[in-house]
Amino acid sequence: MRAALVPALAATLALAAALAWAEPLVDAMRGPTPIPNATQPPRLSNAVNDDNRVPRNYAQQPPVIPHRVDGYQIDKNFNKCLDCHARAKTDFSLAVPVSSTHYMNREGKVLAQVSTRRYFCLQCHVAQEAAKPLVGNSFQPK
Amino acid sequence: MLAALKRYWTIIRRPSAHFSLGFLTVGGFVGGIVFWGGFNTAMEFTNTEAFCTGCHEMRTNPFPELKNTIHYTNRSGVRAKCSDCHVPHEWTVKMARKIQASKEVWGKLFGTIDTPEKFQAKRLELAHHEWDRFKANDSLECRNCHDYDSMDFTRQSVRAQAMHSTYLASKEKTCIDCHKGIAHRLPYIPPSGSASDTPGQVVPKE
Repeated sequence: MRAALVPALAATLALAAALAWAEPLVDAMRGPTPIPNATQPPRLSNAVNDDNRVPRNYAQQPPVIPHRVDGYQIDKNFNKCLDCHARAKTDFSLAVPVSSTHYMNREGKVLAQVSTRRYFCLQCHVAQEAAKPLVGNSFQPK
Repeated sequence: MLAALKRYWTIIRRPSAHFSLGFLTVGGFVGGIVFWGGFNTAMEFTNTEAFCTGCHEMRTNPFPELKNTIHYTNRSGVRAKCSDCHVPHEWTVKMARKIQASKEVWGKLFGTIDTPEKFQAKRLELAHHEWDRFKANDSLECRNCHDYDSMDFTRQSVRAQAMHSTYLASKEKTCIDCHKGIAHRLPYIPPSGSASDTPGQVVPKE
């Protein structure tokens, strides 16, 4: 059994080496540009701004942002997202209200304001770009 | 003192004995042009960005914040300088604003905001001055460039259309009501501090 494994392993290694020789390792993000040279990054496009709500791709996915968020101030002083999406604001702004789970702390206690752990919106919710993905994704929701 | 004043008053009151009426008229006219031109040039100089950022208070606090915004850098290169938003363009109101702004000279002399900490501490008050001013003059400085009648709603995003065609069209709201903090970062606004703005995050001390 072990004797049979050795040539098989050797063959696999040889094949891998031949493949590596034939095709240099290419980083999908960087492309075939040699390391010392500067890459040509793809052009920046405008983020999607059509305000059409995008359905979730899987349960629990943080909904994506269908509008531009360039220069939005999110800091201790002010949160531009909550200026429209806070539950107290949506009657006026007609924006999608922040989920009520965001008003709970870790222990499930309901707070008057958005929980500090949910405050930085762009950690989970992102604006969309009409770009071709650089790296493939085969994620399948269960 | 009173005697000297009286003497000057009689000199001013007495008709001229040495200069012709023509000289006085033409000379007064030319002198007026020179004075007016000089006055306006000097006042325009106080409207330049070089003048505003000549002091470290403006150069280090509000000005770098402007540089990140679309009012400073954008695709077409049309930009707003300090005075475009902070000084009315029309002469009479501009004079009123300039006279009001003389208090800022006092602030400069006594170092009211000469450190970033002092500036941050006073920031909400200063912001309220500007918001109240914009509110009172129906966002005049915004409208100097952003003309409602020239807005093409079809080129706006859906939510911008919805807001502009209702609240702005009915004059229920003016630009500054929604567009605060577009050229500078917003300070912390206490929950009751402003009718329509979202307060920031108070971090619970636990």
